Amino acid sequence: MTAPPDDCLARNEWICGEYLTTRRHILLDAVGQHLQLTALSVLIGLALAVPLAVLARRWGWAAGPVLALTTILYTIPSLAMFSLLLPVYGLSAALVVAGLVLYSLTLLVRNILAGLRAVPEETRQAARGMGYGPIRLLLTVELPLALPAAMAGLRIATVSAVSLATVGAIVGYGGLGNLIYSGMNTFFKAQVLTASVLCVVIAVVADLLLLGVQWLITPWTRAARA
Amino acid sequence: MDAGGPGVNTLADAWDWLTDSANWAGDAGVWHRLTQHLVLTVVCLVISCLIALPVALVLGHLGKGGALAVNISNVGRAIPTFAVLVLLLLTPIGKWGEGPTVVALVLFAVPPLLTNAYVGMREVDRDVVRASRGMGMTGRQMLWRVEVPLAMPMILNGVRIAAVQLVATATIAALAGGGGLGRIITAGFNLASTPQVVAGAVLVAVFALLVEGVFEVAERLAPKRGAR
Repeated sequence: MTAPPDDCLARNEWICGEYLTTRRHILLDAVGQHLQLTALSVLIGLALAVPLAVLARRWGWAAGPVLALTTILYTIPSLAMFSLLLPVYGLSAALVVAGLVLYSLTLLVRNILAGLRAVPEETRQAARGMGYGPIRLLLTVELPLALPAAMAGLRIATVSAVSLATVGAIVGYGGLGNLIYSGMNTFFKAQVLTASVLCVVIAVVADLLLLGVQWLITPWTRAARA
Repeated sequence: MDAGGPGVNTLADAWDWLTDSANWAGDAGVWHRLTQHLVLTVVCLVISCLIALPVALVLGHLGKGGALAVNISNVGRAIPTFAVLVLLLLTPIGKWGEGPTVVALVLFAVPPLLTNAYVGMREVDRDVVRASRGMGMTGRQMLWRVEVPLAMPMILNGVRIAAVQLVATATIAALAGGGGLGRIITAGFNLASTPQVVAGAVLVAVFALLVEGVFEVAERLAPKRGAR
């Protein structure tokens, strides 16, 4: 007796264990691509944002234009951002990364700059009085004190990047977005729901991990509260 | 693609696409898509305000539900717009034309409205609120004559963030078959026409920046109340 193919895949159900087991490799590949795209974008964004924020802090006149530029970049919708980069990068993963870098950059610059500006003037003066030069002041006093604000920005940037990466499906490099896109075209409910849920899970886990990192690297905030 | 030459050519081609009047007419033309985008944005902004602002004002007035009102924005950020659009498309709502787009747009516009209005209400100086109570104002009078006017800058800031979010979400809706300027981009991808993709993206970007600009101007022109 042969059983008719009457599993949840054939019935096109939203939740389907069969889907998870049979398409495990596709899912893992998509998760891998999603993690690579977002991690790379946020890291490049961070590497660019720190010097930009420090320079904008140092030269007061630069802060206005930098903040205006970040507002403009952040206002451009993701689909348009990726499309504007098409002539430069073509249909490539680099296009998605570049787009996500621009978004991460804007969020990070704003938050790091806010953190640097919030360092109390007395603290700066005390450090100078103790003989700290400008570089040492920046590295050992200002940047550490800006860490909580910077980490808040990093968390927002990471969560946004995880979510926005799905739009990369338009050029075929959207990580889990690819599965959502192809699932939409074939009305494959289990695939769309599974990929969507995985996206949210990645965002939440990344957020919690960064929260943990912040807890580890800013021990003085706990000491003050205790 | 090498840098320089092709990039410049594409920009020139995109300009040609934009200045060709044939691309502006008809059901898939720029004017029609622009109207769709504008109507979607405005209608959904009104619906979202009608849903979010009363809730935020009441919660803010009573000082309740703060954790919900503040965290809903963070939750909204973690949920991909594209995923919600496709999920809605596959539900029965998907059979109802622009239904998935409208629902998704409202879902993503409500959190910033709620959070900003609530925070604005709670940031109203408690001394002022106590003074108004001491003057014998009723709860309703305190809400409308003291708290809402003082919270107005934050409320409007939320409306502005929501409007920009709506423009962006309406663009992504094109990926899931919704109308609006995003369709010019998706059609360009389907035709493998980089000039059309870039032209569509320029239109979307200009539209988004105009929306942001309108709020910027409105904020500057608004009478300054309760300046500290």
